[in-house]
Amino acid sequence: MPSGEELAIVVLSLKVAVVAVAASLPFAIGVAWLLARRDFLGKTALDAVVHLPLVLPPVVVGYLLLLALGRHAPLGRALDAIGIVFAFRWTGAALAAAVMSFPLVVRAVRLSMEAIDPRLEAAGRTLGASRWRVFATVTLPLAWPGIVTGALLGFARSLGEFGATITFVANIPGETETLPLAIYAYTQVPGADVAALRLSILSVLLSLGALAASEWLVRRRKAASLDA
Amino acid sequence: MLEVDITVRRGAFRLEAAFASAAPIVALFGRSGSGKSTIVEAIAGLVRPQSGRIVVDGRTLFDAGRGIDLAPEARRVGCVFQDALLFPHLSVRANLDYGERLTPRAERFVDRARVIELLGLGALLQRRPTTLSGGETQRVALGRTLLASPRLLLLDEPLAALDAPRKAEILGYIELLRDEIALPMVYVSHAIEEVTRLADRLVLVSDGRTVAEGEVADVLSRADLEPYTGRFEAGAVIEARVTRHDERYGLTVLGFEGGELVVANLDALPGEPVRARIRSRDVALALEKPRAASFQNVLEARVESLGGDYGAIVDVQLTVGGVPLVARITRESAERLALAPGLRVYALVKAIAIDRRSVGYA
Repeated sequence: MPSGEELAIVVLSLKVAVVAVAASLPFAIGVAWLLARRDFLGKTALDAVVHLPLVLPPVVVGYLLLLALGRHAPLGRALDAIGIVFAFRWTGAALAAAVMSFPLVVRAVRLSMEAIDPRLEAAGRTLGASRWRVFATVTLPLAWPGIVTGALLGFARSLGEFGATITFVANIPGETETLPLAIYAYTQVPGADVAALRLSILSVLLSLGALAASEWLVRRRKAASLDA
Repeated sequence: MLEVDITVRRGAFRLEAAFASAAPIVALFGRSGSGKSTIVEAIAGLVRPQSGRIVVDGRTLFDAGRGIDLAPEARRVGCVFQDALLFPHLSVRANLDYGERLTPRAERFVDRARVIELLGLGALLQRRPTTLSGGETQRVALGRTLLASPRLLLLDEPLAALDAPRKAEILGYIELLRDEIALPMVYVSHAIEEVTRLADRLVLVSDGRTVAEGEVADVLSRADLEPYTGRFEAGAVIEARVTRHDERYGLTVLGFEGGELVVANLDALPGEPVRARIRSRDVALALEKPRAASFQNVLEARVESLGGDYGAIVDVQLTVGGVPLVARITRESAERLALAPGLRVYALVKAIAIDRRSVGYA
């Protein structure tokens, strides 16, 4: 059985990953829709910016976040004034995880949207549905498997986030010390191999659980649409 | 009343379409790639023309000059496509509900129960679109579009994906809707049988232009339009009425201005108006009335002109009591019979050349 300390680390990791995915998913769906369905000036630039975290070293992303949102950065100070603090808080860990996983989520959702016949959406329009209603009643439900896959990928990536997190919010036990950070810390201490291994096993179990949950979500959706 | 006068540019493709029709069903006829579907998409609001205007029953849907461009959902123009495009994640019932729920109650003029009964959808309501046959899919698509109470129905090659028996089935349903719901329709097709069965007016589309428009019978019997209507499809359309049935031999007699036509058994009541298409290659000519021949139809005709320069083949334009008919014969035969304008001849048509597929219920 995991100890109380281990449980706290797991709960914090889950909190960071869930918040990261939940907060970024609506934006990811929006960006995926723009990239899949609309033509506009700067589309290539948006595509490149979205993919940046995928190709940059995570430490660089973390450092850029620190520069932009640190206590002494102008934007960080402005947000601090209205009560939003990222630096050295668990919210910062969630932000780092969200930024790092964003391209994966966008990619999965975009692929599933591109697989939808645009004429199905056109058919919806001719039946009297506005662009928004078609998005909600045709595009979103048909893209559902991609959204679930994207959310799972984002969740897994968030659980594993290390470089950007440790650079942006450091390793503060109880605040920003997620599973990978804790495992890394144990490997730096002589004789803590067992502790590192126990956390690693917990990490594997969490990932398997996420995989099973997404599979269940996709199946349930398929069954539900039968009775819609 | 439908008025279309638009130009659409899409990459290298350029469409210039202009026609007006007050007929219940107007057909857009032409080869694939001629631009028929683009016209339909422009009327539905799915493609924006560069210039021109589209007016349905006095309501302007698009007018480049006045800056009017109604969104597709505001046009109340229903579409049925070749591949039906049912929503795969919804049941048949939910597909039918989709447009109906978005139509304000005051604007609904199509009775749901009636449509479900007419199209035989009652047993399909719980099914998913992926489990339906081709004919069922197209029936649901028709129903879904009708239940949105459109003011104009666009049918874009609705039969093209179906096999022959299903084609006949859906054609029957469309005829039923035309007679029961009285909704103006634009019917897009490259199959002449469908056009002659359903439509009253015909707009001929070729290479991104509307090249002719008029009554179906007139346009199809015009020799100068043959390059567009197609060589082997050429023929005449005769408006007729069922006179009587010959029960013993299973024949139906049709009366028209030029006389009588005997055809194989037709499923229509005496007095019912029908439209028979006689392909020019099914018409033979004789100078004397054949005495012992199998031809059921021997019509007294007058040669009006000879045309169609296809080398070995000549199209002979005839009138049978004022009704145009075309015979496609060899040049050798034409010379042997010394055919010339004004000559009296007999047009010979086999009864079985006019089959169920070429007769429509007008």
